[in-house]
Amino acid sequence: MNGPLSTATIVVALLLGIWYLVRCALDRAPSNTDLWAMLGLSALVAVLVVVAVVGLFVGERPTEWSTFVGYLITTIAFAPVGFYLARLEPTRWGTMILGVACLVLPVLVLRLQQIAEVTGG
Amino acid sequence: MAEPSPASTRPTDAAIGTGAGRVLLLVYGIFALSASARAGVQIATKFSEAPLAFLLSAFAALVYIAATVGLAVGGTRGRRIALISCSIELVGVLVVGTLSIFDKAAFPDATVWSQFGSGYGLVPLFLPVVGLWWLWHNRPRD
Repeated sequence: MNGPLSTATIVVALLLGIWYLVRCALDRAPSNTDLWAMLGLSALVAVLVVVAVVGLFVGERPTEWSTFVGYLITTIAFAPVGFYLARLEPTRWGTMILGVACLVLPVLVLRLQQIAEVTGG
Repeated sequence: MAEPSPASTRPTDAAIGTGAGRVLLLVYGIFALSASARAGVQIATKFSEAPLAFLLSAFAALVYIAATVGLAVGGTRGRRIALISCSIELVGVLVVGTLSIFDKAAFPDATVWSQFGSGYGLVPLFLPVVGLWWLWHNRPRD
């Protein structure tokens, strides 16, 4: 959970988030590129979650593993929900939805990392 | 590339869950989910440690759920639900925020509203203000 994949996800999400907020400030509706980028991030997050789920079966389980699973479900659903809402909103606010979703994702990944660190017991 | 959106042409009778309201809907949804999950875990695993704080946690979760539903439903009823829940939320975050600073013993484990929601980047403090502003901005006019 603390590997380069998590770091990459956090960095990509933050960069995309800043990009979307700038685009929102410039009064731009989400372009096709913006929406595809969000799908790309969703795919990256999905890989991260799958790796984490595999880790639950082969490695040590976090002490609070039900919370961990809850966070995993939220995390994998998050970017697609942002994408869906942004599709419904073809104005600058759709771009802001993408931005907010991108900026919340790193928090989710960091929480996952915190929970994953506490194992055994 | 997309054209600049026609922000100034928002119809006066547009649903409250569209435009910037859809961003609010997302943020309220996030809080509804995280507050309910947190309250659920607190009540299920350590309810006896601080029953008052955890019941408050659950109450906060219900308020966020109501606000989300109100925004999503829209119309006169949705507006009223959103208005009531945003108001309760503002009072709640101010009261619980103040209490949690002066009476730490009653709030040993953080709730969404403790320390004015500082565990959530103070968003719980600003969210009801933004919500009320949005509802006022989109009040029905005839």
